[in-house]
Amino acid sequence: MRPEALVFQVGAFVLAPVLLGVINRTKAAFAGRTGAPLLQPYYDIWKLLQKGAVYSSTTTWVFRAGPIVGLAAVIVAVLLTPIGKVGAAVAFPGDLVAFAGLLGLMRFFTIVAAMDTGSSFEGMGASREAMISAIAEPALFLGLLVLVLVSGSLSLTGMMGSIVVATWLRTTGAVLALAAATIFLVLLAENARIPVDDPNTHLELTMVHEVMVLDHGGPDFGYITYAAALKLWVFSALIVGILLPVQTGSVLADGGLFLAGMLVVAIVVGVIESSMARLRMLHVPHLLTAAGGLGALAVALALVAG
Amino acid sequence: MSPVIDLLLILVLLLALAALASSKIARCVRIVAAQGIVLGVLFIVSRLGDVTLHLVAVAAAMIALKGLVIPWLLFRSMREAGVQREVEPYIGFQLSVVLGALAVGVAFVLSELLPLPEATSSQLVVPVSLATLFIGLLLLVSRKKAVTQVLGYIVLENGIFVFGLALARELPTLIEMGVLLDIFVGVFVMGITIYQINREFDHIDANKLQELNDMNRRRHRIPHVRDADR
Repeated sequence: MRPEALVFQVGAFVLAPVLLGVINRTKAAFAGRTGAPLLQPYYDIWKLLQKGAVYSSTTTWVFRAGPIVGLAAVIVAVLLTPIGKVGAAVAFPGDLVAFAGLLGLMRFFTIVAAMDTGSSFEGMGASREAMISAIAEPALFLGLLVLVLVSGSLSLTGMMGSIVVATWLRTTGAVLALAAATIFLVLLAENARIPVDDPNTHLELTMVHEVMVLDHGGPDFGYITYAAALKLWVFSALIVGILLPVQTGSVLADGGLFLAGMLVVAIVVGVIESSMARLRMLHVPHLLTAAGGLGALAVALALVAG
Repeated sequence: MSPVIDLLLILVLLLALAALASSKIARCVRIVAAQGIVLGVLFIVSRLGDVTLHLVAVAAAMIALKGLVIPWLLFRSMREAGVQREVEPYIGFQLSVVLGALAVGVAFVLSELLPLPEATSSQLVVPVSLATLFIGLLLLVSRKKAVTQVLGYIVLENGIFVFGLALARELPTLIEMGVLLDIFVGVFVMGITIYQINREFDHIDANKLQELNDMNRRRHRIPHVRDADR
């Protein structure tokens, strides 16, 4: 890995919360409000880190481990995620399975920590999260499988590197578009965005992700907020990696293009959140099955065309 | 040219799957109309080398019929019958999509086993046509409302049309026009039938049509012998 690339890798950790800020600003613009400052997520995280934590006497070490393991898992996942054409800090054949596994580990510990509190609401949120992610994960794997078939590479960096303008001009372009759509639906589901979950809702009955972390406070909640920002970054990076075939040769220009792409993804998420209502819980599996169907279709097409 | 053809073919397949997933009949009609229009464009694009007058005529007739006339007919019969949604189909929407995805897989495997004598304009023609055909068939047998069944019939015909793209470089205009006329008449008749069924029975649920005979006799007091006489 080149030193300039390392700058971007550090940048990923620094810039991730901006995505949340951009989404919130987009939503505010749609609603006719000024909205919170772009850097609000940083202020929030900073504020939370200053505070002390309160732990219920019914919880065990699992509850305390949840946010830390989650953050650690997603940090490693960020290191595996290629920054557009610049590449990832760590790349090896099969790292896409490790990537999905790390996200799974993060989810597992969030769920277990929520159940550890013994709160019925948190248990409900945990069961919903488990259901949603159980349907979303096959879709994610189908999307990644398409990338493997199209690029012939088993590492995320190799895949993103082999997607060039010519790939988009052949039949594989349509296949890649399907894969991107699949992963985008997974992004919405995994990051608790509308139409799957509403990050702003404060009615426990309808919350999914937010209800699981109700009992975490102080630095723990700061870790969770930062981990959520990194998770959004990771998925957006996958989508930008697929949709941005341009390779300039200069690391700085590649990285700059990538960051511009990330901004666009965040704005698109914001537009979707502003223009759609949240789906009823019963319909969420329909959306994710559709994502899986798109992924399966893309795999079939990739097998013929690739 | 091939990427554009492939893109249009994938669009046809996606629209077929979307028709399978939507519970609102109006949306379903629009999706199938869009599919008809895409097919018209596909027809011209796949023969770009030799655009003739009769080719443009067939494509234009196709777009006008499948994109405008048939949707209009179906919307009219929907309005008259007062149906908006496909409630409780035989096979649920989610399962339909899964089956549709399976059908796509089967179609791709089958097309590997079906070598064609001449090269097609795109590798995707045969699998897409088979998949669209299967999905149309699935739509036809798994829905209860007559309007959606007509839509399934049209999707099925669209699949056959895509297959026609693969088979004949010079698709005889007469045959194509004949097929178009057939579905037009079919949909036209179904439009009228839907209206009549609805007027007689206050619903267009096809699974209740088995009661047709008994109810007719009861309502109009047609004696048994009358049928035999005619």
